[in-house]
Amino acid sequence: MSIEVLMPALSPTMEEGTLSKWNVKVGDAVKSGDVIAEIETDKATMEVEAVDEGVIEALLVAAGTEGVKVNTAIAKLSGEGETSETNKGDTSGDKSETGDTKSAAQTPVAKSVIAQSSAGDPEKQPPETVKTISEGEGPAPVTPRQPLVDPELPEGTKLVKISVRDALRDAIAEEMRRDDKVFLMGEEVAQYQGAYKVSRELLQEFGERRVVDTPITEYGFAGLGVGAAFAGLKPIVEFMTFNFAMQAIDAIINSAAKQRYMSGGQIACSIVFRGPNGAAARVGAQHSQDYSAWYAAVPGLKVIAPYDAADAKGLLKAAIRDPNPVVFLENEMLYGHEFDVPDPSGPGGDDWVVPIGKAKVRREGRDVTITAHSRMVGFALEAAEKLAADGIEAEVIDLRTLRPLDHETIVASVKKTNRLVSVEEGWGAFGVGAEVCQRVVEHAFDYLDAPPTRVHGEDVPMPYAANLEALALPSVDKIVTAVKAVCYK
Amino acid sequence: MARAARTKTPSVSDAKTSAASPSRPAKAGARRSGANAPDKAELLTYYRDMLLIRRFEERAGQLYGMGLIGGFCHLYIGQEAIAVGMESIKRKGDQIVTGYRDHGHMLAAGMDPKSVMAELTGRAAGAAHGKGGSMHMFDVQAGFYGGHGIVGAQVPIGAGLAFANWYRQNGGVSFTYFGDGAANQGQVYEAFNMAQLWKLPVVFVIENNQYAMGTSVERASAETHLSRRGASFDIPGEQVDGMDVMAVAEAGARAAEHARSGKGPFILEMKTYRYRGHSMSDPAKYRTREEVDQVRKTRDPIDHLREKMEALGYTDEAAMKALDTEVKKIVADAAEFARTAPEPDPSELYTDVYAEA
Repeated sequence: MSIEVLMPALSPTMEEGTLSKWNVKVGDAVKSGDVIAEIETDKATMEVEAVDEGVIEALLVAAGTEGVKVNTAIAKLSGEGETSETNKGDTSGDKSETGDTKSAAQTPVAKSVIAQSSAGDPEKQPPETVKTISEGEGPAPVTPRQPLVDPELPEGTKLVKISVRDALRDAIAEEMRRDDKVFLMGEEVAQYQGAYKVSRELLQEFGERRVVDTPITEYGFAGLGVGAAFAGLKPIVEFMTFNFAMQAIDAIINSAAKQRYMSGGQIACSIVFRGPNGAAARVGAQHSQDYSAWYAAVPGLKVIAPYDAADAKGLLKAAIRDPNPVVFLENEMLYGHEFDVPDPSGPGGDDWVVPIGKAKVRREGRDVTITAHSRMVGFALEAAEKLAADGIEAEVIDLRTLRPLDHETIVASVKKTNRLVSVEEGWGAFGVGAEVCQRVVEHAFDYLDAPPTRVHGEDVPMPYAANLEALALPSVDKIVTAVKAVCYK
Repeated sequence: MARAARTKTPSVSDAKTSAASPSRPAKAGARRSGANAPDKAELLTYYRDMLLIRRFEERAGQLYGMGLIGGFCHLYIGQEAIAVGMESIKRKGDQIVTGYRDHGHMLAAGMDPKSVMAELTGRAAGAAHGKGGSMHMFDVQAGFYGGHGIVGAQVPIGAGLAFANWYRQNGGVSFTYFGDGAANQGQVYEAFNMAQLWKLPVVFVIENNQYAMGTSVERASAETHLSRRGASFDIPGEQVDGMDVMAVAEAGARAAEHARSGKGPFILEMKTYRYRGHSMSDPAKYRTREEVDQVRKTRDPIDHLREKMEALGYTDEAAMKALDTEVKKIVADAAEFARTAPEPDPSELYTDVYAEA
């Protein structure tokens, strides 16, 4: 039985090459690993090693031949009872079977594969389904089938005023009480009680095993958290700010976000990366960046950016329970703000969880839709009050979750108001607002009475000087101006 | 299922089971003191497992040449003794994580050669359902956590697996592998620091095959004795002949015992050599053919073990021939399976991005 030796591809892009030299002649015995020939491509010269053992029966392509196509038979080897089926040299058959799963599916081997695998039988899949998926918009499977709604508060639920800082703290504490797999790690989270006091008193309640001070090594501890999540724990990784998470972004995206997909669903990574994001005050370019759009662009991540204390608490609890990696973007300027939160000791407030992926209409209005997230929601609400004095009723939508983006709520609002202004603190180019505008154009184009417009951070690194910093950030006045422009007033 | 291929030779597979049992480290210790000759079944298992990796990788190289495997494909040929020797001292519940030169580790961990080869060809029956490829494969049942494509990123992940063992106090050890190239990555030292600070049960195994892609250790590293790289963190380290499977197993047993007993991490620098290029598309012009041949002739891990077995009178001709045939058949079957199994259904494009909340 003879075996054909084929012209190998030596790189992902190689289609043909020069067979520059034969190192063997007819009658030579070869074994695995022997260099039998040299091949040249435009990039390199490579050696061809024998895989099978045998005696060279014929050299089919002469040394020096140029343009030898990959998979051409170049030599014949007399086998020594070699069992391989792949070597029988039916190269045309190889090609068509590689490209066409249906013809491969005719073989008994392939049939047993289908029976074992959860992937389903390609032949049973109606082609229309496939088409819908490939032309689908965004991460369709993530969008929940049932419309999401905020939890109903029972009649007479007591509300208490607490700060965003304490709401976050309470969320972490409640989830740590509920599930031993949950732990908090980060810089100064334990003994120092949190750089921004979000983890105040957690060390006292949960001890050093579950509230872990790390060295100042973001890349290392983010990666370590991801490894712990692979093993089934539920880490909450605190970054002192998301500016420092730039050092760890490889762990967040390459290791956490992609893991489930590239393992074929085998390895979950339930982890929360949280901390303050965006500009604080007068801390300059390297401490003032808004990363919303960066993370919201990545499939595999969920991205949350709450505004008030009730959402901060309810969404952080949802994030900790979520089986996926979640980036939870807080805002330092909001930590001290107090808002109503359902009383944890009363009905409705004892387990306050807000669904991920649902925007909230913060203010109803008929004339224009303003979308915003995080601190900008406050700016938008303030702008809406000013606009009301001028007779413009703005609807303010708090996005709350950026990925998956609840565009249904936005689109429904724009269909009513016919105008859109998106507001974000980060840079405009390729930003959250760009995405919001695109979705509105795609789904409500015919309803628009003015071009959708954006208010966003100026296209510069954050300046330090007080006046320049103010100019670089969105403001209530900028929102008012933008709204008046789309209302042609 | 994953170990089905092994059960075809009961004697070998029995030896494997006993080798993986907790009694194994003590045995290695006894051997170290020279009290007993190495066990025949054990050596046969090493031999068979290394041969399987060698033949599998040769075939993978061939399938790559035929265009059936795409992208990057990093072969383990020459380094077989490390994965096989370390696997022999691994206990149930221990974890393994490595970089992208990972096929050998998967096979050593007991993953089905068919599922590994089918992943290489991007088929639905592959270990990652065709979504991972050569560099991203996983088998939690086998304790194998990948298969990671970013140089060095698996090191903090390995420390994190160890953190989970520490958190649960379950006695597990994380075997975290990386190469001489990754040994210069900053995150490796961040992981070293935390691992020692918190006494995490992790063995860092540096597979020093002398070349980080095309750059030799000497040209890239100020300190070329990589076993000393833990010195600033007070992590003990040891240099091991990574071409000698028994030396690997003995050093591995000592390091694992250190980590398991709560003393924290241990570094093993395995001196090894890869015969092939960095990946299939590397012509390896940064070293001479003579250098490669010299290692093959004098240090090959499989030949080396075979000579040792011959000296001990453990190689009965017929049995060795049968073993050879068995391994060839497993690999041929895996290749045939990988070549003919269907690609993932197009509907799989959007699955496994998120878990249902």
